[in-house]
Amino acid sequence: MSAFHPVHPLDPVPDLGGPRQPLLSVENLTKHFPLRGGFLGPKPVARAVDGISFSVAKGETLGVVGESGCGKSTTARLLMRLIEPDSGSVTFDGEAVGTRTGLSLRDLRRRMQMVFQDSYASLNPRLTIADSLAFAPMVHGVSRREATEVAGDLLGRVGLDPASFLRRYPHELSGGQRQRVNIARALALHPRLVILDEAVSALDKSVEAQVLNLLVELKNQFDLTYIFISHDLNVVHYIADRVLVMYLGKVAEVGPVEAIYGRPAHPYTRALFSARLSMDPDLRTMAVPLQGDPPNPINPPSGCRFRTRCPHAAPVCAAVEPALLDLGGGQAAACHLHDPQSGHPEAAHAA
Amino acid sequence: MDATAASSPAPARPRPVRSPGYWTMVGRRLRRDPVTMACLAVLLLIVLSAVFADLLAPADPYKASMIRRLRPIGTPNYPLGSDELGRDMLSRLLHGGRMSLVMGILPVLNALIIGGLLGIAAGFFGGRLNMAIMRTIDVLYAFPSVLLAVAISGALGSGLTNAIVALTIVFIPPLARIAETVTTQVRGMDFVDAARASGAGSLTIIRVHLLPNVLGPIFVYASGLVSVCIILASGLSFLGLGVEPPQAEWGLMLNTLRQAIYVQPWVAVLPGLLIFVTSICCNLASDGLRTAMEVKL
Repeated sequence: MSAFHPVHPLDPVPDLGGPRQPLLSVENLTKHFPLRGGFLGPKPVARAVDGISFSVAKGETLGVVGESGCGKSTTARLLMRLIEPDSGSVTFDGEAVGTRTGLSLRDLRRRMQMVFQDSYASLNPRLTIADSLAFAPMVHGVSRREATEVAGDLLGRVGLDPASFLRRYPHELSGGQRQRVNIARALALHPRLVILDEAVSALDKSVEAQVLNLLVELKNQFDLTYIFISHDLNVVHYIADRVLVMYLGKVAEVGPVEAIYGRPAHPYTRALFSARLSMDPDLRTMAVPLQGDPPNPINPPSGCRFRTRCPHAAPVCAAVEPALLDLGGGQAAACHLHDPQSGHPEAAHAA
Repeated sequence: MDATAASSPAPARPRPVRSPGYWTMVGRRLRRDPVTMACLAVLLLIVLSAVFADLLAPADPYKASMIRRLRPIGTPNYPLGSDELGRDMLSRLLHGGRMSLVMGILPVLNALIIGGLLGIAAGFFGGRLNMAIMRTIDVLYAFPSVLLAVAISGALGSGLTNAIVALTIVFIPPLARIAETVTTQVRGMDFVDAARASGAGSLTIIRVHLLPNVLGPIFVYASGLVSVCIILASGLSFLGLGVEPPQAEWGLMLNTLRQAIYVQPWVAVLPGLLIFVTSICCNLASDGLRTAMEVKL
C-alpha cells in the first residue's frame, strides 16, 4: 500500500548495520528517583535502575525477569524515554539516542514502541478504537483517511474484525481484545523493536496463550525484535531467546534461555527458578527458596546486593561489588562464586 | 486460528457497526433520572423567564407608587404584591433574575477558564510550575470564601463589575485545585504515556487525550459552584457591595425588603425563595450530571 510513496511516513525503517550489529545496546543506564526529605545531607534516592548494560540482537526476543520492584518497568520506560535517564547511553542500530548528532526522540519512537501491562488504562476511554489506532500515524503526518485505513488493517492483523471493532469504545471490549488493540497500536508506526511490559500478565491463562501466539506470529510477519518483560518464568521460557535476570536495579545474570533455565549460575537465578512449581510432583521441594523481601533500593546493601539473602554470602561479597563475568556460551553472571580471583572461599570449586 | 474465532463476533448475530458516542450515552442516562430532569426544567424556566423578562413582566419594575406600598400577594394588578416603594414584585423578580443569574454564572465561568487553565498547566507539566501555581492558589484558599469576597469587593468598591471580579477571584482556587487533581490523575494513566511514546507533542496530547477526560469533571464541579456563587453574590448585594439600588437583584431585594418582614412576610421572603430554588436546582442538577458523566473504564 505504501510502496507507491518513496518517503511515506509509515515506510519501515531500513536496517543500517547488518545482522551482526545489535539492534539496541544499553551502557550503564541509571535512574535514581529523588525522594522527599533530606534537608540535611544528601537527598535520599531510590536506585531504581543502577548502571545496567545489555544488548538486544536483531530479530531476537530478550526476556527480562525479576521480582517486582527490581526495575524492570523503569528500564522499559527509560528505553522509551518516557522518563529521562540520569546517565548511560542507548544506541539503536548504531545510532546514539538523544545526542545532538544521533537519533531524535521522535525518530526513536518510530523505531521502538511499547505495550503496557494495564490494557484498561492504556486506551483513552473517550476515543473509539479507530481513533486510538489512527492517532500515532496522524502524529507522523498521515492523513486521517489513510490512518483509519491503517487502523482497520492493523485490527485485522491482531485478529479483530475491523467492521465491528473500529467504531467501538474501549469499555465495550474484553481485556484480551483490548490488549490486542494495544498491540495493534504499538505496530501502527512499523517499529523494529517492541517492548512488551508485562503485556500478557493481566490476562486469563487461555487468552494469554492466544495473545502469546499472536505475538510470535506478528514477530515473523513484521520482522520484529521484542523485549519481553515478565515475572512469569514459564511464559518467558516459551517466548524468549535470551533472558536477562534483574535484581534491585542491577543485572544479575544474562544468557541464552536454555542456559539460564538449565544451568543458572547466579545464586539469585537459582533461587528464582527453584521458586517455580515443577510439573512433576516428585521434583517439588518444601525448601523455601528465598527468605524475606528484597532489600530497600533506597539504601541497598554494600558490595553484592543479593548477599543479604544469598546462601553463599562471604565477607568479600560485602566488600566488593561483583562485575558481570563472562561464563562462555553467551552466559554472564555477576557473582564472586564464578571468579577464582575474587577471594570467595567457595569460588575455586564452583568454577 | 482459534484466537480469531474467539474474539470476532458470531456472523449470525447482527451487530451495530457504530457504538453510541459518549455524549449520546450521557444524554440517555440523564433522561432516566427524574430528579435531574426536573431540576434542569426548573432552571430552564428561570433562565427563560430572566431572558424574556421584558416581555413577561406585567409592569415597569422601576415605577414606584407611594400609595400602593407593601401590598399582599394576590392584590389586583400586583399578582405577587408590591415592595416597600410600591413597585410590582413580579416584574422586579423577573428582572432581578437577570442580574442574579449573571452574577451567579459569569464569575464561575471566568474562574472556570482562568482556574482551569492554571490547574491543567500545573497538573500536566508538574514540577516547579506545579509548585509555583498551586502554592499561590493555596494562599487564596486559606481565606474563607465569604470573607475573601467581601474583602475584595470592599477594597474595589461597590458595583457590578467589581463584584464579579471579586467573585471570580474567590472561585479560582477551588477550580484550579480540582483541575490540577484530575489532570494529575489522567496524566499518570498509560494512554498518555502511550501517546507520548508515539512521538506526539504536549499540545496534541493535551488536546486529544487530556482535555476530553478532564473537562467533564471540572465542568460538573463548576456547575455545582454556580449555586454558591448566586448566594455569595446575593450576600454581596445584601451588604451593599454588589448591585446598587434601584437595580432589581434578588439579594438586594431581600435586603431592602427586610424591614417589611413583619408587615408582609410572604412578599419579603419571595426573593430568598427564588435564590433557594435556583441554587438547590443547580446543586441537584450538577449531582445528576456527575453521575451521568461517570466514565466507564
